[in-house]
Amino acid sequence: MSATPSQGSIPVLRATGLEKRFGAVVAATEVCLEVIAGERVSLIGSNGAGKTTFVNMITGYIKPDAGSILLDDRDITGLEPRTINRMGVARSFQIPQLYAELSVLDNMLVATACQDRHPSFWRQARSADAVERALALLARFNLLEHAEQRVAGVPGGIRKLLDIAMALTVQPRLLLLDEPTSGVSVEEKFPMMDIVMHALEQEVMTVLFVEHDMDIVERYADRVVAFYSGRIIANDTPQIALAAPDVRRYVTGTLH
Amino acid sequence: MRSLINDPPIKTPPPGVQRKLITGVALIALLIAVGPFLPKWLTFLITMAASHGLVSLGIIFLMRGGVVSFGQGLVFAIGGYVAALAFVKLGFTDAIGLTFIGGLGAALVALPFAPLIARYRGIFFAMLTLALSMVVYGILVKTDVLGGSDGFNMGRPTLFGQQLADILSGYVLYPLTVVISGAVALAARVYFDSPRGLISLAVRDNELRVEYLGASVRQTMAINFVLAAFVGGIGGALTVLSLGHVNPDFSYWTTSGEFVFVAILGGYHSVLAVFVASTVLEIVRSFSGLYFPDTWQLVLGVFLLTVIRFLPHGIGSLWSNRELFKRKGGEK
Repeated sequence: MSATPSQGSIPVLRATGLEKRFGAVVAATEVCLEVIAGERVSLIGSNGAGKTTFVNMITGYIKPDAGSILLDDRDITGLEPRTINRMGVARSFQIPQLYAELSVLDNMLVATACQDRHPSFWRQARSADAVERALALLARFNLLEHAEQRVAGVPGGIRKLLDIAMALTVQPRLLLLDEPTSGVSVEEKFPMMDIVMHALEQEVMTVLFVEHDMDIVERYADRVVAFYSGRIIANDTPQIALAAPDVRRYVTGTLH
Repeated sequence: MRSLINDPPIKTPPPGVQRKLITGVALIALLIAVGPFLPKWLTFLITMAASHGLVSLGIIFLMRGGVVSFGQGLVFAIGGYVAALAFVKLGFTDAIGLTFIGGLGAALVALPFAPLIARYRGIFFAMLTLALSMVVYGILVKTDVLGGSDGFNMGRPTLFGQQLADILSGYVLYPLTVVISGAVALAARVYFDSPRGLISLAVRDNELRVEYLGASVRQTMAINFVLAAFVGGIGGALTVLSLGHVNPDFSYWTTSGEFVFVAILGGYHSVLAVFVASTVLEIVRSFSGLYFPDTWQLVLGVFLLTVIRFLPHGIGSLWSNRELFKRKGGEK
């Protein structure tokens, strides 16, 4: 897990000169970032620093005012979220976006059905094949025992994991996790991230995750990208980035 | 609030689609078998319940995606008028052919509006569909060629090239309506349990995630709208075949209201429930019309209130996914 940026390899993601303003608020300015295959990159920054705006621009939820986003050298700037998803970018959400009325298994089957370019009108959604694949993915996230429970009734941590498991059905090249441990109790954070990172290890996948907990960042990230008022103020290994004065002043609050 | 966290996983999964289909086919066969022994008023009542039920089934297509159409009388009327016109003007008389012409006609009328309608939700969707149906009502009333507000009559259809004697026609149109409605109902069940059907349910719950999972919400809504029109058009055509008459009231808002009434009564979880609800409506209409003609809507209102209070998910919740509804009840 020690992939570091190196010359010569084509980056999975290359964002150049991204700009985004909401009225007077600068959500992103001069944002440039390259991520190579297999990297685990953590996006940190205080609230409103532009982390989620960055994730939303990559996944197509908001269109940047300027700049370009390349995925494997293909331009995905300003495309629809579903188009970008089909090209191999998946995301999870800070507040899990699930189907509360359906069971955990059916949530996975929705994800499977949505992946299909031409979903069938007559085959069964609960086909043996689709169920098997869904259960296999649930097993990777330790969610098998919850498969038949309604999502409205399962605890928050389970929902967080399901949210990520659903994102994986597309077998993405690039996975963006928006605060995977937010809303999870302190003692559950590490076990949960262990489950997530272990589940992700089985595929060559590039992961960007937004995180507020620096212990998590230090333990799981290969690289840290720190945001402050729409700008990237640090982009380096966790040891170096977290020790930078700007990061300590504006992000971690350990330098006054 | 009851804790739901420690509930054991549901032991028995909902019955598979095969079991539902076999039940459906058995029910259709039973209805046809008892047909000859039923009094004529009852076979006519069931014919109307089945053909009207198709229009409400169309609303279920939309309800599963989270919207309700208050203008489904539109496709009911289009289906009826197209079938009757094909009969009167083109001399095409085959009952099965007319039924599908009606369905296709309604789907074709719905098609150009589908991309527009698919953008709207909630009350806007309901009002837009209502507006469309009332525009068509207005046009039909003012079109003298189509009989204006009186509509026009059509003769007896033929079946497989055979003329149906007046005395026989009721007994032929009854099983025909049951078979076609039944086949459409079974197809609807298959569709609801398909990946596309599941995506519809997902749209109902969380549109944003559907897009982020790679599917198109608008496409889903547009397809449901056209399918609902096709199914409703078939219902309209079947109704006209049995009535022998079509008029603009088919597209009037109170007619649409009855279809919504049946859809809510049945609930969107069970296809069979829609037809049960449709039969209930026809029975209440017949009997109340007989005994207290001026206040029969009152009976319907009380009935609907009772169902909404005690079976908020419709009659269908009596037999489909019982476990699920119980849990939900405990939660709210």
